[in-house]
Amino acid sequence: MVDLKTASIAANRFGFGARPGELDTIAQDPRGWLRQQLVAEAPQAAGTPSSAQLSQFLQVRRERKTDPDAAKTLRKELQQDFRAAAAKRTLDAAGSATPFRERLVQFWSNHFTVSIQRPVVAPVAVGFENEAIRPNVLGNFRTLLGAAVAHPAMLLYLDNAYSIGPNSQAARKIKRGINENLAREMLELHTVGVDGGYSQTDVTEFAKILTGWSIANDHEPNSGHFRYRPFVHEPGGKTVMGKTYPEAGQDEATSVMNDLVGRPATARHVATKLARHFVADDPPKEAVDALARTFIETDGDLHAVSLTLIGLPQIWSAPLTKVKTPNDLVTSACRTFGIADAEAGEMLLIGLKQMDQVPFAAPSPAGWPDTAEGWVSPEAMMTRVEWAMAAGQMLDGHADARDIAKGTIQPVASDSTLFHIDHAPSAAEALALLIASPEFQRR
Amino acid sequence: MSLDTIILPRRAFLSGVGATALAAGLPRVVLADAPTDKRFVLIILRGAMDGLNVVPPYGDPNYAALRAQIAIARPGETDGANDLNGFFGLHPALAEIAPWYKEGALLPVHAVASPYRDRSHFDGQDVLENGMLSPRDTQSGWLNRALTALGGANGGGGDRRIGLAVGQTIPLALRGPTQVASWAPTRMPEANDSFLTLVQAVYQNDKLLSAALADGIRATAAADQAIGAASAPIANAGMADADDGKPNQYKAQKALAEAAGKMLADPNGPRIAAFDTQGWDTHAAQGGAKGRLANALGGLQASLVSLRAALGPAWKDTVVLMATEFGRTAHVNGTNGTDHGTATAALLAGGAVAGGKVLGEWPGLSETQLYQSRDLMPTTDLRAVIKTVLYEHLGVSRDRLDGFVFPNSSDARVLKGITRSA
Repeated sequence: MVDLKTASIAANRFGFGARPGELDTIAQDPRGWLRQQLVAEAPQAAGTPSSAQLSQFLQVRRERKTDPDAAKTLRKELQQDFRAAAAKRTLDAAGSATPFRERLVQFWSNHFTVSIQRPVVAPVAVGFENEAIRPNVLGNFRTLLGAAVAHPAMLLYLDNAYSIGPNSQAARKIKRGINENLAREMLELHTVGVDGGYSQTDVTEFAKILTGWSIANDHEPNSGHFRYRPFVHEPGGKTVMGKTYPEAGQDEATSVMNDLVGRPATARHVATKLARHFVADDPPKEAVDALARTFIETDGDLHAVSLTLIGLPQIWSAPLTKVKTPNDLVTSACRTFGIADAEAGEMLLIGLKQMDQVPFAAPSPAGWPDTAEGWVSPEAMMTRVEWAMAAGQMLDGHADARDIAKGTIQPVASDSTLFHIDHAPSAAEALALLIASPEFQRR
Repeated sequence: MSLDTIILPRRAFLSGVGATALAAGLPRVVLADAPTDKRFVLIILRGAMDGLNVVPPYGDPNYAALRAQIAIARPGETDGANDLNGFFGLHPALAEIAPWYKEGALLPVHAVASPYRDRSHFDGQDVLENGMLSPRDTQSGWLNRALTALGGANGGGGDRRIGLAVGQTIPLALRGPTQVASWAPTRMPEANDSFLTLVQAVYQNDKLLSAALADGIRATAAADQAIGAASAPIANAGMADADDGKPNQYKAQKALAEAAGKMLADPNGPRIAAFDTQGWDTHAAQGGAKGRLANALGGLQASLVSLRAALGPAWKDTVVLMATEFGRTAHVNGTNGTDHGTATAALLAGGAVAGGKVLGEWPGLSETQLYQSRDLMPTTDLRAVIKTVLYEHLGVSRDRLDGFVFPNSSDARVLKGITRSA
């Protein structure tokens, strides 16, 4: 028997829903469909390298006083580039042949948030995801962590690029010093978590270790890339969480990261976030345990962790526990309705702004909320319904709600939802109702 | 698929918003009703506001050296502070509301801190809002519990029952068993009633979505009534050309504050509001008279001025409390900014505030006077400030304050001299 319900869970909970006709294919082997995505040849996301964009940005910033007009023009271009790249990112995810992998990319991108709340991040945000996150989501967590932290987007977003060791050679000339922002968030958000057992002293010491991890400015070689600056590195041994690291320049931070990843608190922290994202807002302990166990046993192998995720019985037994974030709601609508270019998708993509989740604009380094509480308020619900209504009007004449329902939500939909879609007063309202339905809003 | 008809009009904000304006986002406001004629507005300054530069203790012998290049100059000097009392000043970016101090409508409280002593934003904000001793201790916030203690909202019926949240989300301070709703400027055509009825039918077995939608429908109706024509300009605020970045952000903040003020001013409207503001996490380029902190303060000031104007006569019954999760390091850091610290300043404004003075015991800024040789030492518990406002201004009983609104807070005693109701 073809199990469409299991197929629907595979498509929705691990991906962005089914494309028309896709459910039947997935139904042949839902778990296999997911597993093969983890070994498939990954399409490399194209786009301007972030280093080039950043280099331009830095040049403009440096020259804005002498040539304000050129600066203004270039700034505008960079903004347009960001918007176009962000829209492309959403549409690429929607059309992906490996949507589970895409979800993992976005999950880890949110775990290692960089945000255009800091304008300097805008030219490099999309590049950050493609360069630091995307190639590493199925490798070892150490590699992912190292790539994320060494990327200029992160070094700028969390201020490490200009942090200077108080006893470094540079400190004799430049009146600047340490900035502990990155060190703190690496401990609190990226690795062991806020209850991971570190103190203020550990944060400060780790910040000293990170001094020197910086970026190459626009007039330097390899402009816009990572650059280690030995002159600003705080000399001497430092102690973080009970372990002393002898002076080793750039490698000190790598050693600390290695040790952090080996701590059970990191496994727990990562496992909890994954389970919250893929299973339920209040993740079942068994699911967290299983993910943490794999993380520890494989020493942070994210391919193995992702396979454990596929094997979690809790994912398959309770559909529709999670309310989609606006990002995933919009992305899944684009996938369902086959929207592939930004012009056609414009109206759907507006939803990201209206529902307050512009890509790469998270309010803080903690990233976007990953629970219904963060996204379902009376006002947000009205916006979701209004957006669904506008989408239904736009799609009217291009898709039939009953056909779409059959190929997407039907296996998990209530009779009431299907009845009302069937009996909606107009085709536009039928489409809008499908998009507004609990079965489409949830996964 | 090709789409030849796009029904929604192309909007200015689609083509005009740049990264900066997107990032600036809209400030969030939440309103809720309470059985009182007093008005209370909570403005949460997310990101840890630097009290030492917002209310600079220019008279302290250590201040200028600690802050070095980002120190606020003394009153009378170029870009100097607005003088308050010969020892404390007010950041130059707050010049427009500095006269409120003389008028008695502005009251800084210095060296305040919540019970939280670590330095995580997220845990710090949790404690600021949950009113407990530690983060993640409860799912409700102190302002929601204060509403409950006042006997508001829950099942009360009547005109004032409807609470309104202006903004897409409800901050933890206002979350909890007592009903509050939320409101934000509409940016899409409103859904028509018949479609909403259909959606409600489809949601009948989904408790979470149906409850949120029902509250949203109610809130939209109430807001439309209270604000009327004001909602049109709000809908476009902050959406237009974004090249000038900052002023645009102020425009959005002004518009939202104005909407909140109008709703609060309505005799049948809500009584309690909460805004979120962001941009206070000034690790780098914080600056002195100009810089990131000055920009954030400009937005805050714009909100306050608009709020006051929109409140009209209700301003005299209003207390606005501006609070943040913790302060910032006493020393300037290596990147012209400051890192996460401990004590900071809280600001109170409004016609019902007994202002014109700076409250709080000044701990000093010498090495030994600093908390962990690093941060401003807390001398006043922020909970005591909040409890005083809830007690004097809104009439929440002391028993309920100690036993329910702020459990385990009996050592944070109600103070004197914060509001005119005392």
